[in-house]
Amino acid sequence: MIVRLMGEGQYRIDDELLNQLNELDVQAQAAMDAEDEPALDDKLDQMWQLVRDRGEQLSDDELSASDLIIPPSDLTLEETRKLFSDEGLIPDLPVR
Amino acid sequence: MAGLFERMSLVIRSKLNRLLDRAEDPSETLDYSYEEQLKLLQNVKRGVADVVTSKKRLQLQADKLEQSLVKLDTQARDALAGGREDLARQALERKTLAQQQLQDLDVQVQQLEAQQEKLTSSERQLNAKIEAFRSQKEVIKAQYSAAEAQVRIGEAATGIGEQMADTGLAIQRAKDKTEQMQARAGAVEELIEAGTLEDFTAGDQTQLDRELAQISAEKQVDAELDRLKAEVGAGAGQKELDR
Repeated sequence: MIVRLMGEGQYRIDDELLNQLNELDVQAQAAMDAEDEPALDDKLDQMWQLVRDRGEQLSDDELSASDLIIPPSDLTLEETRKLFSDEGLIPDLPVR
Repeated sequence: MAGLFERMSLVIRSKLNRLLDRAEDPSETLDYSYEEQLKLLQNVKRGVADVVTSKKRLQLQADKLEQSLVKLDTQARDALAGGREDLARQALERKTLAQQQLQDLDVQVQQLEAQQEKLTSSERQLNAKIEAFRSQKEVIKAQYSAAEAQVRIGEAATGIGEQMADTGLAIQRAKDKTEQMQARAGAVEELIEAGTLEDFTAGDQTQLDRELAQISAEKQVDAELDRLKAEVGAGAGQKELDR
């Protein structure tokens, strides 16, 4: 499995790690729904740390698509909301 | 409700589809996508330059505040030496305010520094992926039939499209952050211009300057008086000796 840490790069991870990440993902979503920013930050940080520690970083020139994409760990609640809304935090491609 | 991963992927895929929908012909898709990648690379370079400019502006402000700290401190000492504790207090109050602003500025400069690092690393990754895409695109064009090419294009384009969305997000966040900083920098400049921070040190004659000038004028007069008194006294003594 390939996972992308938004703003940092891609890593190859094993299934065991994937399970752990999925658990954290559920908790992160709950934190976001509860508008609990410290909890959301904490969950995202944990995901990032796990991937960095145990994943194998892909080289910059690899063109593989990711199976999993993890948002930036320093995203504010406001930015997170914007990221997932129709308004969108990511500019449309193509960028002019 | 889907988890963050799934939602994140959906966001990226929807951006990507818009890019891929543009052209039907595989080789056109490749060339078009490549052009867009190059544009994005220019954008991220501009983003880095904007962050650097913003950072410099904040650093200049910090320098200015540092100078005003020194001035206000000197003025407070002078005022105290002149027996004007009230003026010394005012100068120190301004100094405290300037110090707080300076601390804020330092934090902001650090934040911009972090944005600059992120953008630079994003630029590096995008650059490497564009280069990889460029060589793959030539291979695909030269070696594969239209049907095969479609599959391979899909893979390569998805990989690079993800990076493009990632870089786009980094640019957008840096832009937001830079705009916030510009607004704050503008506010501090207004404070300085309105004299809230530098009333005592800015421009020509401020109230403190005038009062300090007066104190020092008085001191000078006293000193002159003492000198004259001494001379006159000495002169009188001399006369007595002459007698």
